[in-house]
Parts: sequence; structure tokens; C-alpha cells
Amino acid sequence: MLSVKNLTKRSGSLTILDKISFQAKAGDITAVMGPSGAGKTTLLRCLAQLDHPDEGTLALNDQNLSVLSHGEIGLVFQAFHLFPHLPVLKNLMIAPLSQHMPWEQVEKKARDLLSQFSLQHKSEAYCGELSGGQKQRVAIARALMLDPPLLLFDEPTSALDPEMVKDVGEVIRAVKSPKRVIILVTHEIRLARSVADHVLFLDSGKILDNLPAKEFFDKENSDFLKSGLSERAQRFLENLA
Amino acid sequence: MLHFEAIYPSLPFIVAGIGVTLKFTIISLLCGLPLGVILAIAKISNVYSLQKLAQAYTAVFRGTPLLLQLGLVYYATPQLTGNMYVISVFQAGIITFSLNSAAYSSEIIRAGIRAIDPGQWDAAKVLGIPTYQTWFKIILPQAVRNILPALVNEMVDLLKETALISIIGEADLLRRAQIVAAEKFLYFEPVIVAASLYFMMVMMISFFAKKLEKKLSYA
Repeated sequence: MLSVKNLTKRSGSLTILDKISFQAKAGDITAVMGPSGAGKTTLLRCLAQLDHPDEGTLALNDQNLSVLSHGEIGLVFQAFHLFPHLPVLKNLMIAPLSQHMPWEQVEKKARDLLSQFSLQHKSEAYCGELSGGQKQRVAIARALMLDPPLLLFDEPTSALDPEMVKDVGEVIRAVKSPKRVIILVTHEIRLARSVADHVLFLDSGKILDNLPAKEFFDKENSDFLKSGLSERAQRFLENLA
Repeated sequence: MLHFEAIYPSLPFIVAGIGVTLKFTIISLLCGLPLGVILAIAKISNVYSLQKLAQAYTAVFRGTPLLLQLGLVYYATPQLTGNMYVISVFQAGIITFSLNSAAYSSEIIRAGIRAIDPGQWDAAKVLGIPTYQTWFKIILPQAVRNILPALVNEMVDLLKETALISIIGEADLLRRAQIVAAEKFLYFEPVIVAASLYFMMVMMISFFAKKLEKKLSYA
């Protein structure tokens, strides 16, 4: 269980995240949706410990995120950020090796993950030789090398062709596990609808809606006035529809 | 009109200047490069005073002529030490070229490291890779690729700039050509020989640099 309480992040006089609180269950995929500038990426960066919150607590299974050991939080970046000077296999191996795990065990795990993502034939390729979808699967495999109990995805479809949305959904569903909290930041309503168990709708640094995915997307199709969905989220969904 | 045959006997004398020129270039590069790395790290560091110090160093060495720096080190050292220390031409040359080259290479190295996508740092941090390993296994290997072409340029510049040493009397490639010119009353022939030798050295450096660059490249 991921639990976020009163998370506030400011940049100068601007409040990017304003006392955000929510919980995300292990085994679930929680989609964070919202317009550009809503604070979605900042929320992910705070969860990944790349940015430090000004206020609030972040805890995974009652343990503060800042005391988690390295690699317990996986983040798949929007731009992947693979290491271009290393072949695919080394991209996967570098993090566990830096923590002195035995080479053979690390290599076996890396090769297993590559086959799981149908990339076994690309193990010696450099990232520049991969397609967008392959890069993304490498990025996901790299994040999974340390079995993170918290896995974050930042706009996984934004760098890919529209017809790949379905594939991304399948890959994300495949990494679901009962002990893993998955947070998925996305603009892509089809992706959220196909994989999310829960939806948070964020705007101007505040959570406007926090609903099970079924309800969130049901409301999209029903009469907006009767629905409990915030007006902002309704407009957002209308624009995307 | 041209009398190349007249300088044949002097060719070995001129060619031997290659050794002198290369000696100044290589030693200055070996001394200047580590200093350049230190200056680059100072510029990138978060320590304000170190940053300013390194920037001031670069500004001074880039802001004044190399010939002036050479003259200052060679002629002013005895004066400043109260004639206690008479600096040799070799020492003056190596000190000046090293200090000057460090100023330029520090800028090249700084820019090469700064050019690495900050996402690489983020990715390494999220993966829990320790800082020193991030530097040595992720940032620097990529930076070398950015830095190498410009560093070769700097080496080529340095090789040509060492010709300034002839002004304070070292018998380098240029100086030897001038000596032969004075002996034979022929200017074009010896100097064009020196020019060809400089040119060949530069071409060779570029050739090996290209090979190295190719080896370091990845798709």
C-alpha cells in the first residue's frame, strides 16, 4: 500500500502540488490523469525521490519512501533515458551489478526479462538501434531488474505511435503483481481505460477525483450533471472523446 | 628560381625539429590535460569560490595573447625571483603551453559533461547507482565521445602554437627552417619544407583521432 499524505511541492511562489493525499493498493494499477501542468510528473518525481516534497509524507507499506533502499522504486521515464553507450543487456545489468549482486545471477535475470519482453535477440544492440516500442520495453525491463515494490510510469505512450497503445497496455498489465503498487501517469484515455483499476484526476496541483476506474469511466458515458465527477474532469474527458 | 637541391644537406637538420615540436606538444598536453580536468570539475562543482576561481583562470589565459604569456614566463621569472632562478627555454615553454592549454581544454571538458542529458543522472539515481559509479560508468564514457573531437582540435592548435617557442630561441621545426633560410639565402624552400612537415603531423593526428572516434561511437 502506497500512502501519500498532504504532499505539497512548491517552485518559487508557485504551488505545483497542493496537499495531495491518496492511497494506492498493491496489486492495483492507479492511473493519474489530468491536463498538462496539473502536476502529474512532479507527483511522480516526488514518489521516485528525484524531487523532495516541501511538506507531507510518502510511505510504502508504512515505511517512509526516503528510507527505502536504492532501486526499490522503479520509474519508466517518458523519454526512457536508456544509457546509449551500453548495449541492451548491460543497460539491464548495471544497476544490480552496482549493488554487488553476483554477475551470473544478474545476467540470468536480465536475459529472462528480455525474453519475457521478446527482446532476447536485441541483447547486444545499442539503444540507438531500437524502435520506440523496443526502447520502452527495455526501459521497463531495466526498472524491473530490482523487483521494485513501487513501479511508476510517466506518460508511457507519449513517445510512441498511436497504434502501439494496445501493446503498451499489454506490457503494463503483464508487470502487475500482487505485491506491487503501479502508478501510471497518462494522457491516453484508451490506455487508462484498458489497464487502470483506479483513477486519480489531478488539476492545478489538487486531486479533483479519486475513483475506481469503472466508476470514473462509467461516468464519462452517463449524464455528466448527475455524475459525481468534477466538472474539470468531465471537460477533460469530453475533449479527449 | 627554386633551388631545393641547395637545402638537401640541411634536410636532416630541419626534420630533427619534428622531435622538438612533438616534445613540447606532448609534454604540454600531458601536463595541461589533468589541469584542464581539475578546472572543469571546479567549474561544474557547486562550490561558488571554486567555480569563480576556475572561470577567472580561463578568462585570463584566453584573454591575453599566448606570445605575451610566453614572454612573461620566460623574461619576467628571473626578475620576479630576484635573479635567483633563471628559467630555461624548455621550462618556460612547457609551463606556458600547459597552463594555456588547460584553460581551453577545461572549457571543452566542461561543455562535454554539461551536454549529457540530465535524464541520465535521473535514471542512474532512480536505479540506485552510487554517484561515483554514475560518473565513471555513465557520465564520463558518454562525455568522452562529446569531448574527443574538440580535444583533438586543441591538440592540433597546441602543436602549431609551439612554433612560438622559436621566438625565445628553441631550435624547433620553424626555427630550424629559418636558420637554414638565413644560411642559404633561400627563404621559400626551407620554410615550405617545415610547413609540409607541420601539415603531415596535423593530418596524422586527425587520422588517428577519426579512428578512435569511430571506435568509441555507438549507434
